[in-house]
Amino acid sequence: MYNYSDFDEGFVRSRVAQFRAQVERRIDGSLTEDEFKPLRLMNGLYLQLHAYMLRVAVPYGTLSSAQMRQLAYIADRWDKGYGHFTTRQNIQYNWPKLRDVPDMLDALADVQMHAIQTSGNTVRNVTADHFAGAAADEVEDPRPYAELLRQWSTDHPEFQFLPRKFKIAVTGSANDRAVIKAHDIGLRIVHRRGETGFEVIVGGGLGRTPMVGKVLNEFLPKADLLPYVEAIVSVYNLLGRRDNKYKARIKITVHEEGLDTIRDHVNARFAEIRPQFAGVDQDLLNGIKAQFAPPPLQAASQVPVLVANVNDPVFQSWVDTNVVGHAVPGHGIVTISLKAHGETPGDATSEQMRAMADLAEKYSHGELRISHEQNVILPHVAHVDLPAVHAALKSAGLATANIGLISDIIACPGMDYCALATARAIPVAQQIATRFDELKLEHEIGALKIKISGCINACGHHHVGHIGILGLDRAGVENYQITLGGDGTEDTVIGTRAGPGFAYDQIVPAIERLIYGYLDLRESPDETFLQAYRRLGMAPFKQALYPAEETANAA
Amino acid sequence: MARQFTPKIVTANALLEGDVVYLTTDDRWSRDLAEAEVIEDEAHAQIRLLDAEMRADEIVGAYLADTDPASATAKPTHFREDFRATGPSNYPHGKQAERAHV
Repeated sequence: MYNYSDFDEGFVRSRVAQFRAQVERRIDGSLTEDEFKPLRLMNGLYLQLHAYMLRVAVPYGTLSSAQMRQLAYIADRWDKGYGHFTTRQNIQYNWPKLRDVPDMLDALADVQMHAIQTSGNTVRNVTADHFAGAAADEVEDPRPYAELLRQWSTDHPEFQFLPRKFKIAVTGSANDRAVIKAHDIGLRIVHRRGETGFEVIVGGGLGRTPMVGKVLNEFLPKADLLPYVEAIVSVYNLLGRRDNKYKARIKITVHEEGLDTIRDHVNARFAEIRPQFAGVDQDLLNGIKAQFAPPPLQAASQVPVLVANVNDPVFQSWVDTNVVGHAVPGHGIVTISLKAHGETPGDATSEQMRAMADLAEKYSHGELRISHEQNVILPHVAHVDLPAVHAALKSAGLATANIGLISDIIACPGMDYCALATARAIPVAQQIATRFDELKLEHEIGALKIKISGCINACGHHHVGHIGILGLDRAGVENYQITLGGDGTEDTVIGTRAGPGFAYDQIVPAIERLIYGYLDLRESPDETFLQAYRRLGMAPFKQALYPAEETANAA
Repeated sequence: MARQFTPKIVTANALLEGDVVYLTTDDRWSRDLAEAEVIEDEAHAQIRLLDAEMRADEIVGAYLADTDPASATAKPTHFREDFRATGPSNYPHGKQAERAHV
């Protein structure tokens, strides 16, 4: 894992000191809220419905055990004993007090963390495949490049006032687990004629105008990464619209100018700035790469544990659902579900954070990952250790075997916390999970991604959910629209709206009808919801959702 | 006929704690919705909002919220204000917890 240099340490500490002084000046009245707001947002501090909220960056989703323990400490000392992991691999504290925030930031700096650029119209936390460095299908670990981008973008003088926020995601695998096509820039490490480079995707995004990213460059030599990304962001900085906040993201710029025009601009800018990158970035990158050397895992036979525990169906079910293959035989990547039925998706108590930190230390070389699907990953677990890991997770309330299933729901904080929300998202997720747990149908239903957003900004990624749920305010009442057929993988598809929305107390029954409809429609238990939808189209699913209408039409 | 004015309350978030507060008749910021001044007159509402905005060292983001004309005390007409007056639905945190302690 990356270790701060003296420069990083000095920079983060000085930002904390600056912010401490800014908070004091706000409190003593020397700064107005209008003056203070952009300063607090630069440091990740929002004001939400019931309290302030501090959003802490988890760079490319990677945490050490020590960092996770510190997050638990912060939750206990200055918040309400828990944290909320987000769809951008960050963690949010929902209840900090203004005076305490500088101390929280100092506590973060103690473990080489910060909240810089987790808000504002800047380059945000660079996200990555949560299986990075462990995945069997990986060309190369993308995190050194993500770290290079983090260093380049942090406090980048040219990019502190972009037209709008800017999100970059990186993956090293063909199977996209990082939703890179729904980012302002998506980067995928690819092999071509014995060389590795980047496929560069631009102009993706969800929100009120969802768009699938387009390939700007099929193969970018790795050494050109920084100047090329800088060229894209600087072209966007000039061409991006500042007249209308809702048309300010690069997806709109690409849509309006056309991909070819953007490419011409980027190439021209790239030619201009490429000579300025004289190789310092590559030296830096090599230093970073050395810190991401894979842990010393001993290749072992695949077989023993997985066969040895057939007598324990609970364990076996957890292994089948939550553990996937590792690049090194005899090891697995364990996903710890933060989606216990009825609980808040993405929340972990301080006790659970410490339990996960301990497990990582003991069984996963001190490493954890946060996924954009709001779960936690132990990336390097030997198969022989799986029973012990499972037992420990069980006693921490973290052994839910539901990864990729109907209760593994992404939900944004919605109107339970967020000032922008138009409806609640969390209780809808809780009720769906609870309902299908009662029905004991979860495993029979199989692979299914439900994603819920509490407003049109789509932090809950509803557009790319197999079933997407969007909560809106319709004439002063919560109303939920359903989209179907979305997909957030390498074949990214934006879901299609099924029809009129449902009231708060009707949304769970609607989902239930939809699922029973699917179970009737599928050709075999192997045909997933998404496959069935692709085969049959919207019509039969719509019938399941709106049975009354059908009767009305028939009458 | 002119549209009937929906009564208003002045609400904001406290600067230090960030929690929801309401302006009272005697110019205090109360944590309790029941203490909020119910303003029946449109012009007076604007003046009370100006009063509130001048107290920038105590609060952030003051605005006028609708309250139910049929109720003598403040009663939100929109679910957002209901949630602000209560707290999140997934944990007993926020105002509902404070009330439980009283």
